[in-house]
Amino acid sequence: MTAHDHNEGPSRRKVLECMTWAGTGVLWTIAGGVPTSLGIIDRALAQQSKGFTFLQISDSHMGFDKPANPNAKGTLEEAIGRVKALPVKPSFMIHTGDISHLSKPSEFDDAERIISQARLDVHYVPGEHDLIDDEQGKLYRERYGRGTKGAGWYSFDADGVHFIGLVNVVNLKAGGLGNLGDEQLEWLEDDVKGRASSQPIVVFAHIPLWTVYPDWGWGTEDGARALGYLKKFGSVTVLNGHIHQVMQKVEGNVTFHTARSTAFPQPAPGSAPSPGPMKVADDKLRSMLGIASVTFKQNEQRLAIVDTPLQG
Amino acid sequence: MTKMKSVSKIVFAGVAALLLIVATPAMAEEVAVKIGNFTFGPQELKVKSGTTVTWTNEDDIPHTVTSSTLAFKSKALDSDDKFSFTFTTPGTYQYFCSLHPHMTGTIVVEAATGSNASPPR
Repeated sequence: MTAHDHNEGPSRRKVLECMTWAGTGVLWTIAGGVPTSLGIIDRALAQQSKGFTFLQISDSHMGFDKPANPNAKGTLEEAIGRVKALPVKPSFMIHTGDISHLSKPSEFDDAERIISQARLDVHYVPGEHDLIDDEQGKLYRERYGRGTKGAGWYSFDADGVHFIGLVNVVNLKAGGLGNLGDEQLEWLEDDVKGRASSQPIVVFAHIPLWTVYPDWGWGTEDGARALGYLKKFGSVTVLNGHIHQVMQKVEGNVTFHTARSTAFPQPAPGSAPSPGPMKVADDKLRSMLGIASVTFKQNEQRLAIVDTPLQG
Repeated sequence: MTKMKSVSKIVFAGVAALLLIVATPAMAEEVAVKIGNFTFGPQELKVKSGTTVTWTNEDDIPHTVTSSTLAFKSKALDSDDKFSFTFTTPGTYQYFCSLHPHMTGTIVVEAATGSNASPPR
């Protein structure tokens, strides 16, 4: 599984996407040999048959019923159907937030009912939509917060990889971006202090930890401080949601990646008057929603991330 | 009978006059702010003290109206939800959406002039 493999055929679509980014003044490249392919299911499956694989789903927005996708429940069901159909069972799933649209109990219930059909452990972090009940996240913390610190951050180890779930959607400051805050950053510094630099690190949070597009709030104010604590590690993978589209960037030892939503697409940075839900032709919608699978292989610095749309 | 009628007329006129006096401060202006395309419009608004400002969310995504000093704070407003606040104290009020903090706005409240001026609560 070399970078070359991935750069054939399927990547042409990715290259075109990258050119679009370049056209809007934001340059994202797939350079650096990061293995990515879009929409080539059998390659994804081939990859999943080796090494240790986990899945990322994001931005389910249960309760969303606007024109951009009147049936967000249905597309989440389709996404979970994809997960269930995988020939090799992934180790677990992470969900990078916006489980619900309005933090309503019925929305969390729907998410739970559908996602549990995958029969996988799911590690959650909240999005801003999950903390807007009257008690600002009480429902989220009751359902998903067990064993977590502060607003819901935590870490765990799996197959030799250290996973860190961060919360960057609380105490946001006027005019600012996502925010981690001192308490969480101090916890993070402490959490990684004694670890060997050879241990692969996976950080996941809702809003991108790097600055994607500040005009739309797509970034994290103190994200650089978090990454500073991870400098010594040889392999760091940062997985986010929030922007409802695939974006990837490699900087030194750090690979940044955002996953698609299962509910509705959002426009490319600066390509629309606002980041609001993007209405596309009905037959296009499923090509813009999807899940990501991440495979870790021993002695490889970078994790292989494969984004699979629901269709196309 | 005629006497009764004229008495009730006087009472009615009296009540009406009283209502007018009591109602004057409450009849102060009402101004609308639209939340659309992840912006508050108008972004800066000047009003007289006593004005009620009503925000309406016209986006497909929930937003909040949150004062930077927490002088006022809405719940999350779903599409078409409204939030109103009556500004009784002159001053400059910065606010933002606590879910999308790049969305900011300002309400400048000026003292009401003349006999209608209502003292700060």
